[in-house]
Amino acid sequence: MLEIKNLRVVVDDKEILKGLDLTVPAGEVHAIMGPNGSGKSTLSYVLAGRDGYEVRDGGVTYLGKDLLAIMPEQRAREGVFLAFQYPVEIPGVGSATFLKTAVNAVRKHRGEKEFDALEFLKLVRAKREALGISEEMMRRPLNVGFSGGEKKRNEILQMSLLEPRLAILDETDSGLDIDALKVVADGVNALRREDRAIVVITHYQRWLDYIVPDSVHVLSEGRVVRSGGKELALELEQNGYGGIGLQAGAAV
Amino acid sequence: MATSRKQERSIPLAYAERYREFAPALPGADLPWLKNLRQEAIARFSALGLPSPRVEAWKYTNLSTLAKQPFVPVDDADIAVSPADVAALLPPEDGPSYRMVFVNGRLRPELSAVGELPPNVRICGLAQALTDEPAQLEPHLGRVAALNGHALVALNTAFMEDGCLIQVPRDEALEAPIHLIFLGRPGATPPAYHPRIVVIAELGSRVTLIESHVGAGQGVYWSNPVTEIRAEPGAVVGHYKFQDEGPGAYHIARTDVALAAGSRYESFVMAVGAGLSRNEIRVALGGEGADCRLFGGYMMRGRQHVDNTTRIDHLVPGCTSRETYKGVLDNRSRGVFQGQIVVHKGAQKSDGRQLSRTLLLSREAEIDTKPELEIYADDVTCSHGAAVGELDDDQLFYLRTRGIDEAAARGLLIEGFMGELADEIGFARVRDRMLATVSAWLSERREEAA
Amino acid sequence: MTGTPDSMRAIESAVAEKYKYGFVTDIAAESAPPGLSEAIVRFISAKKDEPEWLLDWRLKAYRLWTTVQEREPTWAKVQYPKIDYQDACYYSAPISDADRPKSLDEIDPQLLATYEKLGIPLKEQEVLAGVAVDAVFDSVSVATTFKGKLAEMGVIFCPISEAVREHPELVRRYLGSVVPYADNFFATLNSAVFTDGSFVYIPEGVRCPMELSTYFRINAANTGQFERTLIIAEAGSYVSYLEGCTAPMRDENQLHAAVVELVAFDDAEIKYSTVQNWYPGDENGKGGIYNFVTKRGACRGRNAKISWTQVETGSAITWKYPSCILQGDNSVGEFYSVAITNNRQQADTGTKMIHIGKNTKSRIISKGIAVGRSDSTYRGLVRILPGADNARNYTQCDSLLIGEQCGAHTVPYIESRNRSARIEHEATTSKIAEDQLFYCRQRGIGEEDAVALIVNGFCREVLQELPMEFAVEAQKLVGISLEGSVG
Repeated sequence: MLEIKNLRVVVDDKEILKGLDLTVPAGEVHAIMGPNGSGKSTLSYVLAGRDGYEVRDGGVTYLGKDLLAIMPEQRAREGVFLAFQYPVEIPGVGSATFLKTAVNAVRKHRGEKEFDALEFLKLVRAKREALGISEEMMRRPLNVGFSGGEKKRNEILQMSLLEPRLAILDETDSGLDIDALKVVADGVNALRREDRAIVVITHYQRWLDYIVPDSVHVLSEGRVVRSGGKELALELEQNGYGGIGLQAGAAV
Repeated sequence: MATSRKQERSIPLAYAERYREFAPALPGADLPWLKNLRQEAIARFSALGLPSPRVEAWKYTNLSTLAKQPFVPVDDADIAVSPADVAALLPPEDGPSYRMVFVNGRLRPELSAVGELPPNVRICGLAQALTDEPAQLEPHLGRVAALNGHALVALNTAFMEDGCLIQVPRDEALEAPIHLIFLGRPGATPPAYHPRIVVIAELGSRVTLIESHVGAGQGVYWSNPVTEIRAEPGAVVGHYKFQDEGPGAYHIARTDVALAAGSRYESFVMAVGAGLSRNEIRVALGGEGADCRLFGGYMMRGRQHVDNTTRIDHLVPGCTSRETYKGVLDNRSRGVFQGQIVVHKGAQKSDGRQLSRTLLLSREAEIDTKPELEIYADDVTCSHGAAVGELDDDQLFYLRTRGIDEAAARGLLIEGFMGELADEIGFARVRDRMLATVSAWLSERREEAA
Repeated sequence: MTGTPDSMRAIESAVAEKYKYGFVTDIAAESAPPGLSEAIVRFISAKKDEPEWLLDWRLKAYRLWTTVQEREPTWAKVQYPKIDYQDACYYSAPISDADRPKSLDEIDPQLLATYEKLGIPLKEQEVLAGVAVDAVFDSVSVATTFKGKLAEMGVIFCPISEAVREHPELVRRYLGSVVPYADNFFATLNSAVFTDGSFVYIPEGVRCPMELSTYFRINAANTGQFERTLIIAEAGSYVSYLEGCTAPMRDENQLHAAVVELVAFDDAEIKYSTVQNWYPGDENGKGGIYNFVTKRGACRGRNAKISWTQVETGSAITWKYPSCILQGDNSVGEFYSVAITNNRQQADTGTKMIHIGKNTKSRIISKGIAVGRSDSTYRGLVRILPGADNARNYTQCDSLLIGEQCGAHTVPYIESRNRSARIEHEATTSKIAEDQLFYCRQRGIGEEDAVALIVNGFCREVLQELPMEFAVEAQKLVGISLEGSVG
């Protein structure tokens, strides 16, 4: 589904990704771990199409197409979803209005019927209740005044509504307490499907107890330096990044 | 200072110089007190002149193009306006109101519908009041909107031909809003008119006033309204204004408000119309516990110019003021925000906050902002904030990653930016109309772009 | 004011604080007769043995000034009786100027003692602090320390009158290039009659190894001080420049109308710090300096940076707006200001940031403290011109009022003509929070110390911008301005 080859990316004249290779087949969950500054968030932004990330070399193929050639909203409509580490607050834009606009934009693209307000409300209610998101939260402006946990839950709600083919979760676990962690993980697990790939970016093995990956990749200095099964995460947990030959203490 | 260019503090206004010609036709010409007031006003205007940008308060709004127009007083005899003409210019009203329609500043009873009024509530045309019961008007006219220092108030006072007198008696809570519709109809020669609205909200009363200023036609006209509002102790006045004048219009409005103890004034001004407009509000917080809220929005395109100027005087201790103005400027339009909070000596425990935020949508748009605090008491909390910028890249990106295209995302963000103002409006119908105005502006913008 | 009686007393005593630099030095001075005329302008120019072009320039300024006298600026929030410009003396020099001292040893010991009293022991500074000091006493520079060492690096630091003689091409190229003689009423006056000031030239790529410092002092009675400072930082250079000002106590008002011009080229940085402690007048507003100053810097090159830091505690009236013209792409302007007014003092001060080049940035931090019956106004302009893509400005103006007879005002002008520019402005006005005061006192800190502590905290963002030697003096000054305020 996703094939990244020799990806080199420069941000503000500094090379962050230095020839990254990664393949994620449909139906699998891949975890990406690595110390701070290893390029994890850069990878997620490049895949989503943020400005200011200059691709110097290599490429990304998504469902057989050149992902980097299309606009962020087209990527989203083609099924690429990024759960942001820090979801942006947008005062004045109601959460529900935003969700409906996004869902209908994606449905229209897929040739599906756009929802009217009533249908949409019904759909949202079913999905949000599972994530413990109150109706009141939906009435607030997007992410404004949301706690860290609420923001993350809202990201997963969006994921479930937009039904992506490829979901990238950028440190979705950070800032969550243990209860919220479980609720959000359940939400993610419910979305695992044969035709859907999920990339989980995280610092902590703990998160992978909840979302069990098929593969684990270790990112360091802009490259995948090691790949393995879920046991690799356990190894990291025990020995740290130093234990696998990366500078110790880099992972915080 | 080195240049030999001589900049004057005033701009000659031929129209005003012909005052003597026009005066006999003005209403109340036989009332000595009014005659004196008008005489004093025109003398004041002659002394001050139409302010040039050399006058600090007019630094960013230049009236020289206005002064070049061959304005004449309104002769309304031959202007036919049907109720359908009025309806076409306004969104449908979703509730009852006491409705008065003015065409080029003159009340049109046949288009108006004031209907039954509770006892002792007075809502009547100014010209009519000057004929029928001038004694009712004399103690109120020109008392809040003082002549000193403001040329355009003086001009309005000299020339005012009609308007409205609103008086709400003690403890009366007027449920339905009073809706004043001002329709500008440019003709062969550009008309100028000077409506005067006088509002007296007596002890503990409540009243809501909506002003709609609309234009029929592309031509030039000048509306120079002055509103004076007196709120007695405990009174609550809601004052909402939609300025959607025609593209050739000059709209120079001034509102003066005097608030007594425990009274409250809430103002919202939405400006999308006119070629050049200025809305100036002065509020005097004159009794302890008085509270004023000024909100405003503006959305401009083309070469439109909009100026929002406010001054809030905290004269006594323990008053509160809140002010938020937000605007969106596209194309070559220009916005001005000048907001002054003055805390006078002894006005301890004053609490004044002000915010101005502007989005610039095009390379050529311009915003000039002057928020000002003048504080003479130490136990106060006062602040102002101003921010100018374009749409936020992070927000735009976030929306796009959710599949919303760039144009729609921009629209959504602009709508959200302006929509925040709606939360501040205490009157639901006005809130809805404000949001509808924003949507309409955005869809016109989209159509233009397409 | 709802403060406790204690805090009232503290504040009142702050108000009663006496000016500690108010001594008069008794030395023989040579002065021009009072009054301003073409003859006086020629006299000053002749005294300084100036070239023809400079005299012409002065005369042009003088003639313009005579035609624009009614244009004395009136927009500032300051009030003072009309100044009789014919009453002041436009030139005064210690008589020993005839044969200028070659080294500190030759300087009139009494003069040196004056500087000692001011806390500016030149010798000591030369040895200990490594600060090069150009001291301006009334109208002429009396000593410039460390000249030799600086000369080795190609740095020129000397009185401007000397620069006119020694480096006429530099002075001629830059004098009036940032503040033209026709700029404003006081700058025009200064251009006609300026008597001395400092000249600094930092050659390309040189990082000036020490802080350069000027100390100004008005000594003679009825003397106006019209110094002119010009600093040029060539590409890639850096200089930090400090000025301090004091004047003796006199009942008459004295005029100080200085002009400072800064020019920074590509990648150059000029840091200009001022601690202004001119005599503020007595508690009834009698006497004190009228400090009407024009300061402006031009960032002419890419990545140039000009930073103004000022601590204004003195003068009866302060009227100054150190500004930056951000011409070069990526250039940066900064303005950090503390203005404390007490008794009847009036300060109308702020800055202008004119963004012309792309990616230009400016930052304004202003802290105004008004005590007693004084008035403190921040007045500032941020202007973004159409070509200034991605310009950024951040402004924070905070005012603190101590006592119910004073006033604090904020008058910002924000003009943006470029949509990609982002401007943020915040301003607050408040009094010292009772809960903060109480907290300090509960921890055993006396009221006056608590006030000084809180005010110093309030000013911290600005004070930390000062070079170390000045930061200490400035903090003390802040304390002094309020100190008596605490019993």
